[in-house]
Amino acid sequence: MSVPYSGGGDARAVGTPCDARDPDTSCDARDPGTPYVVELRAVTKVYPGGVHALRGVDLAVSGGELLAIVGPSGSGKSTMLHVIGTLDRPTGGTVRIGGYDIAGLSDRELSALRGRTLGFVFQQFHLDPGLNALDNVAEGLLYTGVPRGDRRERAAAALERVGLGHRLAHRPNQLSGGEQQRVAVARAVAGDPPLILADEPTGNLDSGAGTEVLGVLRDLHAAGTTIAIITHDMEIAEWCPRRVRVRDGRIVDDRGDGTGRPAQTMKEVRT
Amino acid sequence: MTRERPVPARGPVPGRRPVPARLRPSDVLRVGASGLRTRPTRVILSALGIAIGIATMIAVIGISSSSREQLLRQLDRLGTNLLTVSPGQTMFGEEARLPTTALDMVERIGPVRTASATGAVGTGVRRTDRIPEAVTGGLTVQAATTGLLTTLEGGVAEGTWLNAATERQPAVVLGSTAAERLGITRTGVRVWMGDRWFTVIGILKPMPLAPEIERSALVGFPVAERLLGFDGHPTTIYERSEEEAVEAVRAVLPRTVNPENPGEVQVSRPSDALAARAAAAGAFTSLLLGLGAVALLVGGVGVANTMVISVLERRREIGLRRSLGATRGQVRVQFLAESLLLSALGGVAGTALGALATAGYALSRDWPPVVPPWAVGGAVGATLLIGTVAGIYPAMRAARMSPTAALSTA
Ligand SMILES: Nc1ncnc2c1ncn2[C@@H]1O[C@H](COP(=O)(O)OP(=O)(O)OP(=O)(O)O)[C@@H](O)[C@H]1O
Ligand SMILES: [Mg+2]
Repeated sequence: MSVPYSGGGDARAVGTPCDARDPDTSCDARDPGTPYVVELRAVTKVYPGGVHALRGVDLAVSGGELLAIVGPSGSGKSTMLHVIGTLDRPTGGTVRIGGYDIAGLSDRELSALRGRTLGFVFQQFHLDPGLNALDNVAEGLLYTGVPRGDRRERAAAALERVGLGHRLAHRPNQLSGGEQQRVAVARAVAGDPPLILADEPTGNLDSGAGTEVLGVLRDLHAAGTTIAIITHDMEIAEWCPRRVRVRDGRIVDDRGDGTGRPAQTMKEVRT
Repeated sequence: MTRERPVPARGPVPGRRPVPARLRPSDVLRVGASGLRTRPTRVILSALGIAIGIATMIAVIGISSSSREQLLRQLDRLGTNLLTVSPGQTMFGEEARLPTTALDMVERIGPVRTASATGAVGTGVRRTDRIPEAVTGGLTVQAATTGLLTTLEGGVAEGTWLNAATERQPAVVLGSTAAERLGITRTGVRVWMGDRWFTVIGILKPMPLAPEIERSALVGFPVAERLLGFDGHPTTIYERSEEEAVEAVRAVLPRTVNPENPGEVQVSRPSDALAARAAAAGAFTSLLLGLGAVALLVGGVGVANTMVISVLERRREIGLRRSLGATRGQVRVQFLAESLLLSALGGVAGTALGALATAGYALSRDWPPVVPPWAVGGAVGATLLIGTVAGIYPAMRAARMSPTAALSTA
């Protein structure tokens, strides 16, 4: 099934995200003619018990953007991430991920979509303590149909990419918090998904380790990956080229060009 | 990392619905085993239940099969062509007697290869004359023809068997049980029979087909008639024929032995008792088997319990796997595989344990150890069935878990 974006464009154009690696490509997220990686229209989410976590969210993210979703606790950030990540379905509105209207996809198809299109990074790493870094990352490719040998090969490459090429055989308890989160990032990017969703990726880390992880995300962004970071750390938000503010389940502010380059380091933000 | 790094085609192909990739069988196994690897103690304890159940059943079946095998081999060795003839009852309910000519008549039947007779003598056998007559120790004194040992294919453990000379003298050969009960281990000693001493000249080996001979003190027909008041009427005639002719001989025996009153003659086949015992041994004790089944059931409940706990503890892992692209079906398969592996572990250990117990018990009794292949097959089948049944509910629960709930911190 192909669901072209209502604002225009044909089926083939959808899902061919503009390429941030190519400086000539126009990647303005708000251009209705451009296909979006993420598109939320009037999305609401009501939890059982009557909690309105999202009250009509409109958000469009183009390929190659790096954006922060910020807001106070309970404002609906994680809920939004779950909806974008197809881990949860909205109560109302339309969600399109990678060109697919998720309302039209079955649970099986959503799983396949997640496996190929999305990479998740969680606040609590979620690494298997019994596996070394390499196998933890390789596990991220288990559901993509890639044979085991290739999975491990790609996992090694992903770990190399996050600067942990020398830690392949280490188990999580032999790694620092920052290193563990970088393993988790490597797992998210091993399959080379176009979209990375990170929920408080630095929430469990001190500022040094947090900076390491953000550095890795910056490099991934520079290589063309679309990244959404949920945070309530204003410094991190300022560091991102695009900032979406959420309050009470609504987007109250959305500014910056997501395809812009983030500050080289966190220090540049601080000073 | 450079901006020029080549990136392959990413994400879904528009116009096509996303289709999840299949898990390879090797990956299903690995993923199923991964849950076991991290909790070794719990795995061993819950596999133990299955192992005990399977081991019990294998051992029960194995031991009874070994005992049956042993009896069948014995039967094979002893042959099934031996018939015995004994007096039944008269029309008036009195003890019948076999004619004194009975043995001659039997020997004249064509297919009969060898025949011999024993006759009960009314006296007891005692170690000394100072033990009262009433104490017989369950032993009998019998007159025997000299061919008896040949007919029964028995052997002498000690000394010699009766011959044409000793059957006329106060000489006695003891059956194995009789010798044991009298406490006699060598020849040359004397025993008190009737009102005089007899010299023990031989002790027989055990005779599984004729336990009554094992319990007897045997003397010759002539000396029994001369010194012990024996009336000369045989009480049992033993006869061996060609194996194929057994039924034919059996049919003519009553008329041959006692033409006037064939109905007063009883014919039996001692090997039938052994064959019946072999059949009975093959039909294993259902009580023990039931116990094994109960243990197996309890083991299955243990596996199910372990699996339910495992699913509850691993909500986050399940959520993570869903976020990595696992479908509900793949999560279900993972936990089913884990449950199957868990009970298979118990099954393998139990089969080994049961086979070991069988071998130990059988060898200690000099039986050939036998574990029938169908029992092993049954154990494997039972294990797989238990693993599946115990795993279905936990696996469904794991698959039903919402990915967000599974990932929540709380
Ligand atoms: N599964 C749920 N069932 C019911 N209510 C929920 C559920 N998950 C979240 N909520 C409620 O929805 C609202 C938004 O929650 P959400 O987790 O999205 O907030 P958040 O912005 O991520 O907060 P934080 O910064 O603390 O992580 C909150 O009021 C929360 O209590
Ligand atoms: Mg949150």
